[in-house]
Amino acid sequence: MKKLMKGNEAIAEAAVRGGCRAFFGYPITPQNEIPEYMSWRQFEVGGAFVQAESEVAAINMVYGAAGAGARAMTSSSSPGISLKQEGISYICGAELPCVIVNMVRCGPGLGGIQPAQSDYFQSVKGGGHGDYRMLVYGPASVQEAVDIMYTAFDKADKYRMPVMILGDGMLGQIMEAVELPEMVDVASLPKKEWATTGEGHGATRRIINSLYIQPDALEEVNNRLFSRYKELADKEVMVEEYMVSDAEIIITGYGTVGRVAKSAVNQLREKGIKAGLIRPVTLFPFPAAAYERAASQDNVKQFLCVELSMGQMVEDVRLSVNGKKPVKFFGRSGGNVVTPDDIVSVVMNEVK
Amino acid sequence: MATVFKKTDMLTEVPFHYCPGCTHGIAHRLVAEVLDEMGCQNNVVGVAPVGCAVFAYNYFNCDMQQASHGRAPAVASAIKRVAPQNIVFAYQGDGDLASIGMAEIVHSASRGDNITVVFINNAIYGMTGGQMAPTTLIGQTSTTCPGGRCAAQNGNPIRVCEMLATLDGPAYIERVSLADVPSIRKAKKALQKAFNCQKEGKGFTLIEMLSSCPTNWKMTPEQALDYTKNEMQQIFPLGVFKEVK
Ligand SMILES: Cc1ncc(C[n+]2csc(CCOP(=O)(O)OP(=O)(O)O)c2C)c(N)n1
Repeated sequence: MKKLMKGNEAIAEAAVRGGCRAFFGYPITPQNEIPEYMSWRQFEVGGAFVQAESEVAAINMVYGAAGAGARAMTSSSSPGISLKQEGISYICGAELPCVIVNMVRCGPGLGGIQPAQSDYFQSVKGGGHGDYRMLVYGPASVQEAVDIMYTAFDKADKYRMPVMILGDGMLGQIMEAVELPEMVDVASLPKKEWATTGEGHGATRRIINSLYIQPDALEEVNNRLFSRYKELADKEVMVEEYMVSDAEIIITGYGTVGRVAKSAVNQLREKGIKAGLIRPVTLFPFPAAAYERAASQDNVKQFLCVELSMGQMVEDVRLSVNGKKPVKFFGRSGGNVVTPDDIVSVVMNEVK
Repeated sequence: MATVFKKTDMLTEVPFHYCPGCTHGIAHRLVAEVLDEMGCQNNVVGVAPVGCAVFAYNYFNCDMQQASHGRAPAVASAIKRVAPQNIVFAYQGDGDLASIGMAEIVHSASRGDNITVVFINNAIYGMTGGQMAPTTLIGQTSTTCPGGRCAAQNGNPIRVCEMLATLDGPAYIERVSLADVPSIRKAKKALQKAFNCQKEGKGFTLIEMLSSCPTNWKMTPEQALDYTKNEMQQIFPLGVFKEVK
């Protein structure tokens, strides 16, 4: 049965149902409903909840709990995610699974509390120091966020890396009807042999660490991480393609903007303009092949990338299109959002 | 033949990398002996800091995590919460604990996290080559206060035990010294007390150990021990600062 839920609360419940038994957070708008929900929900399911002293402490608590084998998670918004970056780098270096939710707000600096997509770079290009990536999703609806959140721990465990769910204030605050999945039986999950569960002694000792003083040893770690990123590109890409086959203009955007762009495509079609949509669901791995294919179609004349930023994902779109067709950009920032009408008028006035 | 002495099984066979006269090794051995005597072989997790003791994960013969600079109490707190049956300890230097990690130690203590923190106060940043620490004494030289620490310019040394003892969360807080044999015996007793408090679920425990760093203090090991006794103990008096019965 479907239930009407706020995005943030639905994500929190989906996390619990996906096996999250340790949550560490710090208040910041627009994600406060997640720690608020977790504060009583983790108590109900026998998990751990701490309102940490800072985002820095929270991400390091995730490191500790994940290293000890728990399905651990944190959520925050842009300035808080910036603070977590050193910890995220350690988590990637130590090959720990966890989930990080970023309900992006506008920046730079303290910026504002309105929705934005200006954390794309710090999410998909590494963000902290060193060579690493994460599996990053940009869901467009509360249901999609729930479905992604529910399997996020499985992916994190499988690839031993953090999964980031990149939303924005709109996704966090909107209320939509959602179908919630079944509760995972945490006790039946496979045992993590590498986790510091306390029994290790002598030959069975486990060490959670990201320090490798010997260059060759560290390079081996980096090679291992990057072979996993290659595997992600082979197996985990998710993308929505809509009316691409006969399209003359491809509109592209992710998350809530992808959803707005889809409405714009429908409106343009009604006006007789052959528009299509490419909406990346995974932002890393980036669905480059979808763009390459569309760029090779004779009917496709150009691309328009729409973002709530000054232009971040557009760089990856251009890399994927690789000069085959022009890629234009339309963005709003500062917490301004785009409507389908905005996109339609950009297409009618500037692109056509 | 009867065995009169044996290296504790809670230390691995990996030789310590510490400088001659450094007391990190003594602190390691005391912690390991106490865990051994408590029968913690299969229910303990340790957290190593960033600092000279970063390689503690190679020395303690148990499950270990290496934490980012200053965050060991946050890491330890989470490890304890997801598996409360384990004894959990964090091992930290004074730059790690009292400078970059001050928020984490204060809040861990305030929450009464049921963990034990071993705090090595050597009044200097050892690993990075002898810079001023929050615990550096007034007048003491370092590479970033070459003329000697001056309160007006560099601020004053922080007394961690006294400060944390004002909080309601801690169950046991004591400052000990590693400068001579009687002090080392007392230090071991303090650790026993702290780990037993944790076992009984009493809450946060911290043992500060006044330690010497002859390399960065530019002293012989003997001079360094004298400095610990004669100078450091003046500013950092030994004793029990908090004990919940
Ligand atoms: C975020 C960050 N800042 C700085 C450093 C560099 N660093 C490594 S060890 C250290 C000081 C450690 O000193 P202390 O905690 O007193 O321990 P000791 O080495 O004296 O045992 C610093 C500043 C780092 N690794 N990470």
